[in-house]
Amino acid sequence: MTRLLVGPFNRVEGDLEVTLDIADGRVTSAHVNAPMYRGFEQILRGREPHDALVYVPRICGICSVSQSVASARALADLGGMRMPPNGQHVTNVILATENLADHLTHFYLFFMPDFTRPVYAGMPWHAEAVRRFAPQAGEQVRAAIAARQRWFTLLGTLAGKWPHTQSIDPGGSTRAVDAAEGVRLLARVREFRRFLETHTFGAPLEQIAALDSEAALDAWHASDPLAGDLRFFLTVARDAALAALGAGPGRYLSYGAYPQPGGGTALGAGVWHAGRLSAVDVAGIREDATHAWLNDAAGPQHPGSGITVPDPDKPGAYTWNKAPRLGGEIVECGAIARQLASAHPLVLDLVGRHGGTVYTRVVSRLLELARVVPMMEDWLRALRPGDAFCTPGPLPDEGMGAGLGEAARGSLGHWLTVRNGVISNYQIVAPTTWNFSPRDAAGRPGALEMALEGAPVRDGETTPVAVQHIVRSFDPCMVCTVH
Amino acid sequence: MNLLWLQSGGCGGCSMSLLCADTTDFHGELRDAGIDLLWHPSLSLESGGEVTALLARILDGDLPLDALCIEGSLLRGPNGSGRFHIMAGTGVPMVEWVRKLAAKARHVVAVGSCAAWGGVTAGGDNPTDACGLQYEDDVRGGLLGAGFRAQGGLPVINIAGCPTHPSWVLDTLMALAADSFSEADLDTLGRPRFYADQLVHHGCTRNEYYEFKASAEKPSDLGCMMEHMGCKGTQAHADCNTRLWNGEGSCTRGGYACISCTEPGFQEPGHAFHATPKIAGIPIGLPTDMPKAWFVALASLSKSATPKRVKVNAVSDHIVVPPVARRTRLK
Repeated sequence: MTRLLVGPFNRVEGDLEVTLDIADGRVTSAHVNAPMYRGFEQILRGREPHDALVYVPRICGICSVSQSVASARALADLGGMRMPPNGQHVTNVILATENLADHLTHFYLFFMPDFTRPVYAGMPWHAEAVRRFAPQAGEQVRAAIAARQRWFTLLGTLAGKWPHTQSIDPGGSTRAVDAAEGVRLLARVREFRRFLETHTFGAPLEQIAALDSEAALDAWHASDPLAGDLRFFLTVARDAALAALGAGPGRYLSYGAYPQPGGGTALGAGVWHAGRLSAVDVAGIREDATHAWLNDAAGPQHPGSGITVPDPDKPGAYTWNKAPRLGGEIVECGAIARQLASAHPLVLDLVGRHGGTVYTRVVSRLLELARVVPMMEDWLRALRPGDAFCTPGPLPDEGMGAGLGEAARGSLGHWLTVRNGVISNYQIVAPTTWNFSPRDAAGRPGALEMALEGAPVRDGETTPVAVQHIVRSFDPCMVCTVH
Repeated sequence: MNLLWLQSGGCGGCSMSLLCADTTDFHGELRDAGIDLLWHPSLSLESGGEVTALLARILDGDLPLDALCIEGSLLRGPNGSGRFHIMAGTGVPMVEWVRKLAAKARHVVAVGSCAAWGGVTAGGDNPTDACGLQYEDDVRGGLLGAGFRAQGGLPVINIAGCPTHPSWVLDTLMALAADSFSEADLDTLGRPRFYADQLVHHGCTRNEYYEFKASAEKPSDLGCMMEHMGCKGTQAHADCNTRLWNGEGSCTRGGYACISCTEPGFQEPGHAFHATPKIAGIPIGLPTDMPKAWFVALASLSKSATPKRVKVNAVSDHIVVPPVARRTRLK
């Protein structure tokens, strides 16, 4: 058996290190280390509650809005506030802009470039992969950066800037939208739709969203195997056997995305396991810090009462990340979980056949691009200029609040307690906290650690390419993970 | 110009902001300016051993390093060990990597307020002993020391902001690549003067409300946010309202206060961010260069002269009273 220390891992957000034990050309065991700690949960203590809205977006430069939304929801929960419909729609548009930009960035900048590596030089599609996805030079990489730049102008208007807006308030949006702006914003969304339909899909978004089985996906792929970047990915995925690579724990968590003024969420909530969807038992979340460089004297804690205190010399620890578990179980979150919880037939079929793997994670993310852009168009059309965008209210000096939602990478929760008018405790469980969790007290590996077991390692590889595909298929955000 | 970009105790948001640069071809713009990205955490193919080999070549002097860009604070803790961020795959604290690489670099650039001053990561009781490259808040020193000069002769260039505007970064890097950036281009805190000699107030769309002290009272109100909502735009050094963000944005245009994120120590203002601290009803933070007595006198005069239109619109989220449309040629 040999041991490999892999890092720095790039084209993920933040720093990441993976330790691999390898025997007979396969990974037998993996340990995931989130190697940086900043201490946001410590920094937030003692602050005025509303200050969280300045601090939490700065946890992460790529999921900044997601953090703001979770915090605003926690404060709204604390203060008993509800956003008016306009505020809810604008907040959803802002969050969706970020989430979809992250999916685009992941596909074009983080995930696909690995297929340009020399290890794939013998593949018939390698030259085309280089032409499209070579970092810094690839035609599609450059086109995607340009489309992303235009896309984010939605947030120049709606949120002042991106990242790190303070426009998301517990009472709604600080930026009202007039009728003329609504027209202009819709035109900007249609511009992005055009990019996706021309470059990513080579098909109308509605046609992609209507794919209802692997057979339908395969037939669409076979009709023109290299047209558009999704079909190119499907070609590559077949040759690189991505459908069998990196199977996760098989239990998927979604808190539900984009709450609607009439109730419910646009993308579903629930825990999906073995073909069945059940409600999320939020009270059943525990964070286990056995293998984190954090004090765990009190044992696994619900985030409502959890603590975060560094213990850098703790024996047996190998990461700054805690191990969240739901009802004692290991879960995976992300676009795949949201599409399962929404009962999308394509993802139900793909997961039924292959499980949650590199292939199904990437397809779910691209499907979400096709599904959410039309929703954003609906939300913008639903704005009623003249009606309130923000109905703020006072926050109590004592109390607790929780804010749950979906970031691009999965389920994000904020829990805060206020005493004497200041934050006495603030706990965050981010998507990659779940997905890249270390082992728990029982020694059970986290979702990525499981997914890496069995990964093939070629002779002489020091940074195995299969490991890179698996790691990046989760679209990890390490700065959110530990915070 | 060979450029190496590393991230430590921050959020990566300055890189994400940089990708929003107003160009149809981001990588083409870098290339055409003569900037060669040796490695960037989000934008390069190389991973793992390929990266550590590159760093070794720089330290050995085999590969010239013209610009070292650091994003994020430098985490010196716990107990001076730097173990709050060990660079993955190397077993070596990031602060050590930065010290060694900075000694080889022709220019050292702090991208963002974290790398410049410590920033948000140094907030609260600063649990990680975070600091900037050459400052700890407004005190010179930081990781590299008060006397540090890069090989090219300049101190650390502090492109402060949280996040940084993409064109603050690009304009600085392109000027460095063209050898057209000198110490005279830095303000007293080491920030590029092309943006730090401006105030956020310049070009603010709420200026008419400011003039009449017609103030916003709650989020989404159109009025000036200086009196009640914590806005520091009249004091903050940056050109955010003339060099707009993501198309047509800025904090004040987005309906929220400027928190002066380009200034050292902005993360701990000593008051709640969203409320203006006052003494006897007068904001403590007065507009830059304005004598207090004049401010009080002018504020009181302008309040009494506020047109109804401005007064009403200031506390609404949309124009309730439009400007009167006169029929004759305006004089």
